[in-house]
Amino acid sequence: MGLRDKIMIGLGALAAVLLTRNIWVMLTGLPDEAFQGAIFRIIFFHVPAAFTCFLCFFLALVAGVVYLVRKNLQWDAFAVSVTEVGLAFGAINLISGMIWARIIWGIWWTWDWRLTSMLVCWLLYAGYLVLRRAIEETTERARLGAVMLILNFSVVPFVFFSIKWFRTQHPQPVLFGDGKMDEIYRTMLYGNWVPLLLIAAVLVMLRMRQENQQREIDALRRAAHSF
Amino acid sequence: MTFIRQILTVAAKDLRSEIRTKEAINASLSFALVILLLFSFAFDPTSETTREIAGGLLWLAFAFAGVLILNRSFARELQNDCLDMLNASPVPAPALFLGKALANYVLLVGIEAVCLPVFGVFYNVTWYTHLGQLVLVLLLATWGITVVGTVFSALTVNLRLREIMLPMLMYPVLIPCLMAAMRLSTVLIDGQPITGDDLAWLRLLIGFDIIFTSLAVVLIDTVLIG
Repeated sequence: MGLRDKIMIGLGALAAVLLTRNIWVMLTGLPDEAFQGAIFRIIFFHVPAAFTCFLCFFLALVAGVVYLVRKNLQWDAFAVSVTEVGLAFGAINLISGMIWARIIWGIWWTWDWRLTSMLVCWLLYAGYLVLRRAIEETTERARLGAVMLILNFSVVPFVFFSIKWFRTQHPQPVLFGDGKMDEIYRTMLYGNWVPLLLIAAVLVMLRMRQENQQREIDALRRAAHSF
Repeated sequence: MTFIRQILTVAAKDLRSEIRTKEAINASLSFALVILLLFSFAFDPTSETTREIAGGLLWLAFAFAGVLILNRSFARELQNDCLDMLNASPVPAPALFLGKALANYVLLVGIEAVCLPVFGVFYNVTWYTHLGQLVLVLLLATWGITVVGTVFSALTVNLRLREIMLPMLMYPVLIPCLMAAMRLSTVLIDGQPITGDDLAWLRLLIGFDIIFTSLAVVLIDTVLIG
């Protein structure tokens, strides 16, 4: 077992311990929120998942730019891994939000700006994966993928600002805005971000290894065909 | 100066070949008209409420029609390895890109100029009360569509599923631009000038155009040549 595997298993185990501890505290230690009741606990996954998602998208941008400068395929593998993990956390954010909305608002979906923006961003990055699928040549795929990551990330602020100018139904931001969040809830919100980040890191490492192996296999296959 | 002349040369070449064959413009124009016709079945085309969604309809038709033009933009150069020749020519990639974008822009604006009066007749809408401002919105938003579309046209030119990939990749990126265009056009077609809060949409449109034109010019070398 290499050092890399040990790190992955270590991080994964740490994530599992932290997550178990957090869920235990959420269910037994924290009081129900005054207006929403028990369902409010979804926020401890909903919000950190969104943070993780956008962190991943930002890292994908960095990876894309570094790839274009260095032309090292490791960065391309990192870009695709981190995008896929970002999409997974984006899906967690969207789906957990929908479950919450069904109970609090009585509807699964509403065209509020945060929901709409998140969905648009999700589609943007899903498009990146679809683009990659359509290109077979490795360096071309990496190059065009990196360009798409730059274009995608540049449009994200536009998406958020433009959609924000429509009326909003989403609860106001409770971390930086006018809304107030009790200290114990806030601690849990950030506290639960740690295991989610660890899980994301493990997934990215796994996916990156898989991507590198895939590239090797493809190269071997091409070499075999050329004989 | 050479740079501008190169842009104009590429644009003139594209427009000339398009005017001779008319393959993209015919398809695109009839497609836009068919869409405008189809919309009339989706809701009551003569009711007052049509005004409230007029801008949205118009820009959906333009965005759909635009894809047909943009798809051809680089695909046209695949035959006889024309794209390789263009890349090998002394014209730098940004000039090639801007020339192609300019040609697409002229074609798309032309299609819009035909569709707008037809739209007014079909849906009984007085669209020309604030003609100057409407033209401004039209020109700005169409540039946004063209510049993003031309980049993605270059990006997808060598793909197997080019025709499907272009709209799929391009529309999500265009959402802010289309939203601003829809909002502003709806206001203008409703007979009100752009004031107050709506100026923010106009600024957004201008910002979108500037940022994506700059990005496209910077990135096009990487897309076309690598």
